[in-house]
Amino acid sequence: MDTISQSVVKKDHGPKISGRSIYVADYPSEGVLCGRLLHSRLARARVLRVVVPELPEGYYYVDARDVPGDNNVNIVLDDMPVFCRDTVEYIGEAIGMLCGPDEKLVERLRDECRVEYEELEPVTDLRAATEAFFSYSYGHGDVDRAFAEADRVYDEEFETGYQEQAYIEPQGMMAEPEEDGRMYVHGSAQCVYYIHNALTRVLGCGPDGVRVYQDVTGGAFGGKEDFPSILGCQVAVAAHSTGKPVRCVLDRREDMECTSKRHPSICRYRAAVKGNRVTALDIDVVFDAGAYSTLSAVVLQRGIIAAPGVYNIPNVRVRGRALKTNTVPCGAYRGFGAPQTFFAVEMLMEHIARDLGLDALAFREANLVRQGDRTSTNGVYHFPVPLPAMIDEIDRACSYRKKRLEYAAEQSGRWRRGIGISLDYHGAGFTGSGERDIIKAVAKLHKYRDGTVEILASNGEIGQGVRTTFPKIVARELGLPLDRVFFCHPDTARVPDSGPTVASRSLMVVGELLRRAAIRLKAEWVNGEEQEVEEHYREPEFQLPFSLDRFEGDAYPTYAWAVTAIELEVDTWTGNAKVLGAYADFDVGTPIDLNVVTGQMEGGLLQGIGYSSVEKMDHDAAGRIRSNSFSDYLIPTAKDVPNLKCMLHVEEYPEGPYGAKGAGELPLVGVPAAYLAAMEQALGGRGLRHVPFTAEDVIGALAKEEG
Amino acid sequence: MDRLQEIRFVLNGKEASYTGSAADRLLDVLREQFRCTGVKCGCREGECGACAVLIDGLLRNSCCVAMGAVEGTSIVTIEGYRETARFAVLDRAFAQLSAVQCGFCTPGMILAAEALLSAHPHPTEEEIREGLSGNLCRCTGYNAIVNAVKSAAEEGEGLW
Ligand code: FES
Ligand code: FES
Repeated sequence: MDTISQSVVKKDHGPKISGRSIYVADYPSEGVLCGRLLHSRLARARVLRVVVPELPEGYYYVDARDVPGDNNVNIVLDDMPVFCRDTVEYIGEAIGMLCGPDEKLVERLRDECRVEYEELEPVTDLRAATEAFFSYSYGHGDVDRAFAEADRVYDEEFETGYQEQAYIEPQGMMAEPEEDGRMYVHGSAQCVYYIHNALTRVLGCGPDGVRVYQDVTGGAFGGKEDFPSILGCQVAVAAHSTGKPVRCVLDRREDMECTSKRHPSICRYRAAVKGNRVTALDIDVVFDAGAYSTLSAVVLQRGIIAAPGVYNIPNVRVRGRALKTNTVPCGAYRGFGAPQTFFAVEMLMEHIARDLGLDALAFREANLVRQGDRTSTNGVYHFPVPLPAMIDEIDRACSYRKKRLEYAAEQSGRWRRGIGISLDYHGAGFTGSGERDIIKAVAKLHKYRDGTVEILASNGEIGQGVRTTFPKIVARELGLPLDRVFFCHPDTARVPDSGPTVASRSLMVVGELLRRAAIRLKAEWVNGEEQEVEEHYREPEFQLPFSLDRFEGDAYPTYAWAVTAIELEVDTWTGNAKVLGAYADFDVGTPIDLNVVTGQMEGGLLQGIGYSSVEKMDHDAAGRIRSNSFSDYLIPTAKDVPNLKCMLHVEEYPEGPYGAKGAGELPLVGVPAAYLAAMEQALGGRGLRHVPFTAEDVIGALAKEEG
Repeated sequence: MDRLQEIRFVLNGKEASYTGSAADRLLDVLREQFRCTGVKCGCREGECGACAVLIDGLLRNSCCVAMGAVEGTSIVTIEGYRETARFAVLDRAFAQLSAVQCGFCTPGMILAAEALLSAHPHPTEEEIREGLSGNLCRCTGYNAIVNAVKSAAEEGEGLW
């Protein structure tokens, strides 16, 4: 393995483990107003009046009337307000904010606010929703003809639920008016420039009127991609209106109820099969966007592009819609739309194989894509597709094939076992031409007189290790010891826009810019002088242009690949399932630090197991989420999956630094299908079609068997 | 109303006192009055372990402890613990295995490891997982943390 992969002590290790790192809640509260949001209690209503109790000196109420600029938090479209307009559209929407020095009193005053509503009929059930924020379709080949000529035709529907990111640090932002009139906004976030741009609109100022800094961030996983723009605008409006620093840190229940999560989905798949080949897929994908569009467009794009999975299907028709409901807006979460469709297509393959009497893995292998094949959007798999080798590696690691046969025998005892496998990819970087046309990343290196080098980029450390991996790349090119190169949390007053910390892009895209910058700096290096070099994104030459209108071309330059196997044992008396082993093989290219990559893979794999099993979140008919605490919304603990084994299979990507590809999201994507396939086998092969699949679902499935 | 009584305790080896309400949460008092911001708040409901401290050597979620209950006790937070030789061993082990990602669970996790190792200086993997199961970590998948505690137990032979 490349020496760059050797693990080092992470740069942020010391301050974090010793409790010295300052997260947004940790700044002293002297002179800072505590902000608390007044949330809507109805899913859809006209807000007639807010009766605010008499406020003591130094306490303030702010709402839409205090927004100096435009009451729109720009994410993709302009529909999300900072504070509600005439109507509220979901339970939890912010109507206003109470601010004051004493937190308890602020909370009491907030609770004493009386909102007069005129109730309107909400749409809370996805199946009843009709308004589409986004609707796309694409395809190739002759689907109707393939169905007419098929040996067999299948028609199945798959469902997935919400998933809450459950970062352990809740959302929090702080705004401080500066002396020169500039607004300084900082907090727990992934994308400082998203917040920066949203603020200029809301405050009605130019780019120099605001400055955004990422504080140490206690986990994000996509959950701090869009919401910090909203919360950041809310505290900024409050700070602007009161003239004082304002901080708002959500409490856990508020965070779980009111901030974005993974889109629930309903995917309907029709398949035409001839021999052991799938000849056509006709796919309809529906995502529950919630009340505002936020990031749903891009989540849906990624979801539908991945909908045919890792298979070479000659005829494909895909339709995807993100529908509006009067529920919490859904946004980004690790995998970004792909976990839903990969779950559906992988379960479909499982079910078709069973119906044909074929081994589910052999059937998948017969339909796999290969290097040089066309992608779902008529792009090309330019690089090796290592899935066959990875399948063998997994088989060796956990005796998948042997166990699969063993557990297929009739089981009738209290404890029953199953093993399942799934195959998936994650397209690294922004979908389509986003990197070239929208992001246009810029990164800089600044060399000081003493020869230390600072990395200037807008990507934020969120636990994924960029404060360590970026400097490793630069230090390696410059031939400097690692402690001579440093990378701080981004501040928009100091760093160029190298794009957001999303889409598993930071290392692959910005890491490569930094590598090129380092090569130039080395060539231009003059001892004792202060120097700066800047690099701009260039699209790889081989990449076929992508048209978003037609969904045609290379949606991604390259792909990271995964094979995931889950082995579990079900207790048929209690319905509880125990994961006996989770085995996964990942090709993320060259790891720019073995420990960092392994940590990402293990963490993502466990989140995927949670998503498949215990992480159940629902709303009632009124649109209220009740599972809003860690006692109702369970996430895995240290005890739950002791046997978690990740392996790496390295296919170097020539356009990534030292061969690295995007990594962070991949490990979650394939888990739900592997988990449910294992569950299906343990329960005797019945067709299961939804996650999470909880203990109650197990009992329900068994009751059907007896009934 | 009665004059508020002073609540006395030892914090990180030093005498400390609190004159606010006995119903106030230890978590808030540690963070606000004593500026022990290494004690994190992840839920305020006793579910996540980010606010864990040691009270007379036992692991407690400080969000669920009223100030009235700490009278006469000795409290250790990460701010005190980081000065110890045992911490240095855990620190090295966590560093070697990159067991810290976002870091928000970490101070609580370290104190959970201390509580575990002082009860079981040679813990099995199962005991480690049990001992850390009250501390949620969303980033790591726990393997690195469990392995770090295992390695600290070996490296720190005789310390616990
Ligand atoms: S903050 Fe105390 S247990 Fe979560
Ligand atoms: S390191 Fe992020 S929660 Fe544990």
